[in-house]
Amino acid sequence: MPQTAGTLDSQQKTTSRRPAGTLYRGNTGMWSWVLHRITGVAIFFFLLVHILDTALVRVSPEAYNAVISQYQTPIMGLGEVALVGAIVFHAFNGLRIILIDFWNAKYQRVLFYVVIGLWVVTMLGFAPRHLINVFSH
Amino acid sequence: MTSTIDAPRSPYTRSTKKSSINWEKWGWIYMRVSGVVLVVLIFGHLFVNLMIGEGVSALNFAFVAGKLTNPFWMVWDVIMLWLALIHGGNGMRTLVNDYATSRISRGILKVAILVSVVSLITLGTLVVFTFDPCPAGAPADLVASFCKTL
Repeated sequence: MPQTAGTLDSQQKTTSRRPAGTLYRGNTGMWSWVLHRITGVAIFFFLLVHILDTALVRVSPEAYNAVISQYQTPIMGLGEVALVGAIVFHAFNGLRIILIDFWNAKYQRVLFYVVIGLWVVTMLGFAPRHLINVFSH
Repeated sequence: MTSTIDAPRSPYTRSTKKSSINWEKWGWIYMRVSGVVLVVLIFGHLFVNLMIGEGVSALNFAFVAGKLTNPFWMVWDVIMLWLALIHGGNGMRTLVNDYATSRISRGILKVAILVSVVSLITLGTLVVFTFDPCPAGAPADLVASFCKTL
């Protein structure tokens, strides 16, 4: 069977040191996976802290209010934008993973750009309103 | 001595018992089912607590008291607590399996995850169901307005 230029190219690309030369490494598939892991870990550790701070309602109103007022400072307000950004990406990319698993994997790249687009729209809806709430108090 | 190689994509199982439950498969299914529910629960949680009214600036003990005396939000929060912690704990277990290289470190980290998840589910559930919105002796300006009528 004669080897065409196309298959030779793909074989050379597979052994290339350049990340872009492989099917998965360095592409949308890899970056969505990396971001899903990083945002997942960040959300998990916030969740541990968030359950502990909310549990202070069982201690006293003063204890809960002292901690929740820390969430209303400008620096934490910016942190909440980052947190919501992480949650929104993890949520939409998680739905993308489900669609890849149960619907059709060939749309994974276009679905990644849909995730990014929905993330931008959601954050445009959230961030300005939240930052006004934080910085006008 | 002969060894057989599994067919590609055959499910990973530690034991050869035919009747054993494939826990990894159920974990995989759990991540997807709980994930869809959590998108709804957490987006709703964020919308009510950060978008409505003055958002994060309006949060205080009286705000939480208003929510945790409403059975709708009690059920919402408890389901969110259980689903999110188990989803997060299972995700962290996946990372430990991927990145912790020694058997001992994997064991220690997974026990730490299990202890964190079980203790925080217990704590959170107890807080929701034993919450007192009008604690005795609390200053009137810190508790919800409905405490005055008691």
